[in-house]
Amino acid sequence: MADQSMSEPNRRDFLFLATGAAGAVAVGGVAWPLISQMSPDASTIAAGAPVEVDLAPIAEGRAITLKWRGKPIFVRHRTAAEIEASKKDDKSGLPDPQPDAVRVRAFEGKAQEQWVVVYGNCTHLGCVPIGFSGDYNGWYCPCHGSHYDNAGRIRKGPAPRNLDIPEFAFLSASKIRIG
Amino acid sequence: MAEHHSSYVPKTGFERWLDARLPIVRLVHDSAVSYPVPRNLNYFWTFGGILMFMLVSQIVTGIVLVMHYTPHVDYAFQSVEHIMRDVNYGWLMRYMHANGASMFFIAVYIHIFRGMYYGSYKAPREVLWILGVVIFLLMMATAFMGYVLPWGQMSFWGATVITNLFSAIPVVGETIVVWLWGGYSVDNPTLNRFFSLHYLLPFMIFGVVILHVWALHHVGQNNPSGVDVKNYQKDTVPFTPFATVKDLFAMVCFMIFFAWFVFYMPNFLGHADNYIPADPLKTPAHIVPEWYFLPYYGILRAIPDKLGGVVAMFASIAILAFLPWLDTSKVRSGKYRPWFKVAFWTFVVVSVLLGYTGSQPTDKVVLAIGGRTVMDMVGFAQILTAIYFGYFLIALPLLGLIEKPKALPASIADSVLGPAGSGHIVGAHAAPPKH
Repeated sequence: MADQSMSEPNRRDFLFLATGAAGAVAVGGVAWPLISQMSPDASTIAAGAPVEVDLAPIAEGRAITLKWRGKPIFVRHRTAAEIEASKKDDKSGLPDPQPDAVRVRAFEGKAQEQWVVVYGNCTHLGCVPIGFSGDYNGWYCPCHGSHYDNAGRIRKGPAPRNLDIPEFAFLSASKIRIG
Repeated sequence: MAEHHSSYVPKTGFERWLDARLPIVRLVHDSAVSYPVPRNLNYFWTFGGILMFMLVSQIVTGIVLVMHYTPHVDYAFQSVEHIMRDVNYGWLMRYMHANGASMFFIAVYIHIFRGMYYGSYKAPREVLWILGVVIFLLMMATAFMGYVLPWGQMSFWGATVITNLFSAIPVVGETIVVWLWGGYSVDNPTLNRFFSLHYLLPFMIFGVVILHVWALHHVGQNNPSGVDVKNYQKDTVPFTPFATVKDLFAMVCFMIFFAWFVFYMPNFLGHADNYIPADPLKTPAHIVPEWYFLPYYGILRAIPDKLGGVVAMFASIAILAFLPWLDTSKVRSGKYRPWFKVAFWTFVVVSVLLGYTGSQPTDKVVLAIGGRTVMDMVGFAQILTAIYFGYFLIALPLLGLIEKPKALPASIADSVLGPAGSGHIVGAHAAPPKH
């Protein structure tokens, strides 16, 4: 008798496994809502809808900070000299190599080099870097000393990446949509 | 160590009736009255009791504060000011709670260093020690989330920096951070969940404290000599009155120290920037955590790589849990280990210096020769971090093998009264006086 029950699965074994499997599914089914509820809710996602930004008031050599999805976004109007300086550094051993051309977007096939749009949170631990400062006259993060250049590329300090670029597109030569 | 037998004798009929159904009076009697305590404990052994007092104090003042606090980004800062200005004794409750957190950490650091010096983590107290590390971790999480609630500048940016630590995790880091925030940045959902968890965690600490005390009472207390109890009559005294009175006296002294901060310098340990409401668009020029996190913050900043820094910081705490196996010495108490003493005090000084580096700007010059910077704060912190880990990974494993310890006393009684048979023991009254 004992041998038979060991060698051949019987109805009890099947019920045991089936109950266990159903129990595991039930536990997962209850755990998922408990975990998922912490993700961004519908109102938070809705409040993070795309925004349009008029670039006309931003004079050359100036920058603005706007708030989108609770985070600062820097929009910087670079001068010809700044663009030149940034391009010159394209091959000078950057920690996160990206040529200046990749840091800007185009409108109707023409690169809008004067406009740099980046998230205003340091890629180290999220502090807001200070504009027009640091060793490269880009941004300097006061928290842990990361230096960025005017294209938002990390040049020195603990930050692992260049400043992130939000998803954005030019609607006209002086208007962008972020998101 | 053997479990001691219950000496509880129910006196009244009701006590006998209750004892047969729920032996709770017996439990209290056995663990807080007749429980045998090594007779040579010094005042460093009173911090467990002080910590329990601090936990209760934090829970009581916290529950009261919640009656007046509003966990919403638009009202949190105002509601804290409302507590300070309008609520009867609100200032007292808040200052007790805020300074109480610091007192809690002062006591826990003394408690931890005591355990490390006297080898309290060694067999058979490994589980007791690990439960202590768990309590310490829960305390840190609780303190961090509590500091976010007033929604000042340091609250907001502290929360941003610490939650961003998780973005260092490869591949899933960013997803985890958005999940932790409940949004695209630290915002109202973050404040709400931190409030919920800040209320929950102290009760979890309470639960682990019960396990910690259970483990302690199962294996028995360590003592300054590190020698096991051999003779209960000679080596121990009953918990009441000896330990209860001593603990109460130490607690009163600690409360005076606590009150000095609450009434005379309530903002000394805080940061002025936290009286500025949170602004997601402006980071304070110099952002620092509360003092009790500074050594870990110093380690985080010492490593120039983001993931490496985060790993080193968490490792500096997690390594405590492995202490019972990293220390290879058979001798428990540091009192009898000449080289261990040097390593231990170096470790204490290095921990404090790491805290100092964490409080200073990273580019501050530490050592300059002829106007040239030889070492800045980061370089200094790197050396200290190496020594910090060296204590655990090099000094403790090696010292146990090469060090020649001093002679241990034959028993706990001998360690206080001199070698047995000298005649002193007769007058010392080791056995509890009968009432």
